[in-house]
Amino acid sequence: MYDLKYDPEVCAKCETVDCLMRCDYTDYTLEQAREQRRLVLEGQDAQVLHDCITCYACEEYCPYDNHPFYLLVERQEQLDKGLVPVPIVNQQLGMMAIKEKDPPGPLQDTVINMCFFPMLSDMLRGDLFADTSYFVGSDVFCNVMWLHTAGNSVIRERLPKVIDTIWTKHLEPNGIEEIVCYHDECYGTYNYLAPAFGIEVPWKSKHLFQFLFERLTQLKDKIKPLGITVAYQRPCSNRFCPEIAHYVDDIFELIGVNRPERQYDRDHALCCGSVIRLQQRDKLADDVLQRNLDDMKAVGAEYCVFNCPACLMGMGYETFEAGVVPIMMSELCQMALGEKPILGG
Amino acid sequence: MQKIIEELNKIVGDAFVSDAAEERFIYSRDQGTMEPRNPDVVAMPQTVQEIQCIMRLATEACVPIVPMGGGLVLSGLTRPLKGGIVLDLKRMNRILEVNETSRYAVVEAGCAQGMLQSYLAKNHPGLKHSMPDAPPIATVAGNVLIHGSGHMSAWAGYHTDQLNGLEAVLPTGEVVRLGSCSTSDYWFARAPLPDLSGLFLGWAGTTGVVTKLAIKLFPKRAFQDVRIFVADNPEYGTDVINRLADVGVAEDITAWMTPKPDWANGLLNFNMVYSAEDKEELTFKRELLSRSVKPYIEAKTGGFMALPYNMKKSFMAEPAATLAKYADVRKGGGFEYVGAIMPVGNFAKAYELGLEQAGKHDVAYSLGARIIGQAHSMMFFYAYAFNRADKQDVANAQHALEDTNEAVLKLGGVPWKAEAPAQKQIIEHMHPETYALMNKVRSVLDPSGIMNPGNWEVD
Amino acid sequence: MEMQHSEILHRCFRCGYCKMPSDFTDLNCPSYLKYRFETFSPGGRMWLLRAWLDGELQTSPRFQEIMYSCATCGNCVEHCVMPKFKDLLLDAFTAARCLLAEEGDVPPAVRDYFKAMHVNGNPYKLPQEARGDWAKGLGLPAYNGQEYLLYIGDVGSYDERAQKMAASVAKALKASGVDVGILGADEHADGNDVMALGEKMLFELLAKQNIEQWHDLGVSKIITLDPHAYHAIKNLYPELGCDFQVQHYSEVLAKSLRANPPKGQDRPVKVAFHDPCYLGRHNGQFNAPRNVLKNIPGVETVEMGRSRKNALCCGGGGGNFFTDIVGSGPNAPARARVLEAAATGAEVLAVACPNCLKMLGDAVKAEELDDQLKVVDLAELALNQ
Repeated sequence: MYDLKYDPEVCAKCETVDCLMRCDYTDYTLEQAREQRRLVLEGQDAQVLHDCITCYACEEYCPYDNHPFYLLVERQEQLDKGLVPVPIVNQQLGMMAIKEKDPPGPLQDTVINMCFFPMLSDMLRGDLFADTSYFVGSDVFCNVMWLHTAGNSVIRERLPKVIDTIWTKHLEPNGIEEIVCYHDECYGTYNYLAPAFGIEVPWKSKHLFQFLFERLTQLKDKIKPLGITVAYQRPCSNRFCPEIAHYVDDIFELIGVNRPERQYDRDHALCCGSVIRLQQRDKLADDVLQRNLDDMKAVGAEYCVFNCPACLMGMGYETFEAGVVPIMMSELCQMALGEKPILGG
Repeated sequence: MQKIIEELNKIVGDAFVSDAAEERFIYSRDQGTMEPRNPDVVAMPQTVQEIQCIMRLATEACVPIVPMGGGLVLSGLTRPLKGGIVLDLKRMNRILEVNETSRYAVVEAGCAQGMLQSYLAKNHPGLKHSMPDAPPIATVAGNVLIHGSGHMSAWAGYHTDQLNGLEAVLPTGEVVRLGSCSTSDYWFARAPLPDLSGLFLGWAGTTGVVTKLAIKLFPKRAFQDVRIFVADNPEYGTDVINRLADVGVAEDITAWMTPKPDWANGLLNFNMVYSAEDKEELTFKRELLSRSVKPYIEAKTGGFMALPYNMKKSFMAEPAATLAKYADVRKGGGFEYVGAIMPVGNFAKAYELGLEQAGKHDVAYSLGARIIGQAHSMMFFYAYAFNRADKQDVANAQHALEDTNEAVLKLGGVPWKAEAPAQKQIIEHMHPETYALMNKVRSVLDPSGIMNPGNWEVD
Repeated sequence: MEMQHSEILHRCFRCGYCKMPSDFTDLNCPSYLKYRFETFSPGGRMWLLRAWLDGELQTSPRFQEIMYSCATCGNCVEHCVMPKFKDLLLDAFTAARCLLAEEGDVPPAVRDYFKAMHVNGNPYKLPQEARGDWAKGLGLPAYNGQEYLLYIGDVGSYDERAQKMAASVAKALKASGVDVGILGADEHADGNDVMALGEKMLFELLAKQNIEQWHDLGVSKIITLDPHAYHAIKNLYPELGCDFQVQHYSEVLAKSLRANPPKGQDRPVKVAFHDPCYLGRHNGQFNAPRNVLKNIPGVETVEMGRSRKNALCCGGGGGNFFTDIVGSGPNAPARARVLEAAATGAEVLAVACPNCLKMLGDAVKAEELDDQLKVVDLAELALNQ
């Protein structure tokens, strides 16, 4: 049930092995990459299963949308090669376990999916989020994070329940057919991951950035350009939806924010390091973080803009220590509308 | 007693003497499960001379004296079991000396942990003392005298190991100084003299009133970090602790095992706090800790949590306010624990014992341990929360504590700061000549038997 | 016996965080600081109240003293580590006082206060007509549609020292272009301390009287001299059906002085500011008075170790200004406070509350610090008076 929509033929015929050759965390020759692919395709242990930091980037790099990353995770699980220690995975599984609760009451369009980030719900305020409602909780947690812990089986088990909860408890009774996903992970889950696993999603999901861009366009007269230089910390789940990337630039333009080109941005965005630490590879995480921060400072970034709360938690303090102010994207937009930021900033 | 009260009024001033029902009520009990025992009067002396006068008065009149610091021991040691005078020493709260180069502080008996912490932070920012996780109003002296432990215990052992010397008033009124301060102006060590300070350590106030003492101070470094190693097999506990302690990095190693929240149930969490002069040293120490438990990481049977900054901050808080908050678990302002001093080798058995006891008594529980020295021993705690408004709930917790005390003794551990009934349980397990010696010592020091009677007694 | 909030009393663990400021530097509960018995700490009160309601303790003069020595300063609420009920601590203590007041079981000083308030409408037992004496010669208009009503309260109206403060505040407001009117002899007590001492009915009577009068006069914006009045109008009056925009005078001066800088000091003066509990801890306003000081030429500010949320109360809150239960004697909190201020090297201890002004002024005399430290209100500093 919920078989991965993956075509081994396509993979086998691929000449370039972009998934591995473009990876920023491995350094294979084309020949080595092809050998790694062969092993993975044959279901054998392969070095890449141990090297992978689970940054999702190969999902973006694959020119055939053939889900190489999901396959790697599948193999890690099948071969028991997950990189996160079992007690830590169990702890996370417990923390994120579905706890059913009563729906929050009638929802009105526009509905924001706040995933399992109740602490962020105060951020839905002011003109930017006027006339919106939201749902939040463990029972609507998208569960994509198990890609980091060799946990496709958890996704197969939990995601259909979550989709059912969102649809039957929150959306259908309120006649709502489209939601805005605050978190990239949710947008990626419902638009890309679920279909790849053959899990049906009965609603339409809009990315937060698209929503922000549309709202800011409506509120254009109220925007006071910020005139600041920022770095953008692209989260792993944004790799699912590269077509959204332009909204970052569109939003920055609207609110008068300068995003200088830097080495570790866009296709080469670096991981925040949280998962690398869970994999017990602190030195690698230190190196990734340091390169990222040095890169931000080198271009004169005053702020680092996050969209993933986990990235913010994982590197926010170090970013602040490095003299770059961490801030969530929606809070940056709030600042441009004259609101004081309540998280970061 | 009226005459005694009049004398007390003359000694300390009537504003600081009370036999009112209100003071007798509050000073009859503590936060734990032990039954209240009323004092006849509460007095708050401010000087050693006042205490000498009170001791002579009490010895002459054979009136019990119960010395009290913060009164936060939870096991009822400051309840006047046979009435008499409770001496609340918190007016004697001065910090008398901090010697930066010899790294010690001399404080009066009523000086609160928080006050010393704050004073050092402001006046000697390069130094700190070992804070226990008792609330900050708990006294430095009280914690030393009960063999407490704290945030520097993985480095420097029990707080009694960190004691450099003390001053005490004997029940007969003499003032004694023990340690280097007995022969020198400095309070730098207990060596090399015959170590008589043990006459006041662990005795639950049955040998005299300690009026001041000196404790060791430690370097307070600019950078601090915490790691939490998580495993799920209690059999690994002893080895993990030994490995983490082996590398000599952590100032404090604690373990916590709790059934709530649900995600924590069944997991064993080992916290290590360590500090450094710069980030490079901090990273080096982190790597040493990682290396120490490498076999577990490689086998994926254990690993370190990735901790966000705010979580780290709360895990490094000194003291950890979360412990006081545990009292509200049953919405009833109460918890007490058996703090069993145990060999680290008994970790798995100690843990199993905790689960057994919790199951047997159906109480809200939390388990944990503070490692003392480099895995030389541990204080393994079995904390039971209760609702003080519910007598049955209090009784359940009391039974669980009593039962746990017995089980701990059978396991080879010794209950720490034991309640009066638990002291009796300990005596039953104790070598008879040891107990006889305790009584001989007390009969010499306290001929009238006025010091906190009812403690360390069989009947 | 039952009382409001009795369900939280047994939940207190008496851990004692409530006795200290956030850095634990010293004792910060005024009554515990003075008396030192556990009974006089917030936790002691919690447990005694439970025992009293359960009949284990009887009402006694000592019990009354314990309950009425609380200065309602809010240090316990600020530092209690029990998030689920910490906000109700003072409400529980006030509820206990209400119960004691209902039974007439109050200390003599509290009884005298209530009597004076009933009979005279003020605790000083002075005639109502004298309420406006503080404004004599100032040329202040009676309220008649000005932007703000300047409300003075009992202490500023009758206490000799506080009258001068009231005059200075009025002058400073006027000089910086703020449009105010006063009620003078027609003003009535705000009732904050009546409520804090447990006379709820009298409080409601006073509050309703004020609300009616102010509505009749068309008042919508109020500036108060006294943070206690500010607290009552802001937080207690709305429950009786009103919606005045109330500001403490420091909030108004902070803005108006920026636009119209005052004369200030002739020479550099080192000033420590003492946060009034009912402005700071109770209402979160810590910056306005400091902004006033920033705008006074010649003022160099210095902070005491215990400031803002950690400020040590002068001992005059919760009715203690009038009853003097916690405020008197060698161990009074005000005396500890002026010693703390003097230790900073400040020449001036600035205040923003008439109660603090008087309490700390007396403490300076008691500690013989007259040559070293002056207690002065913000407006007096601004006007160099």
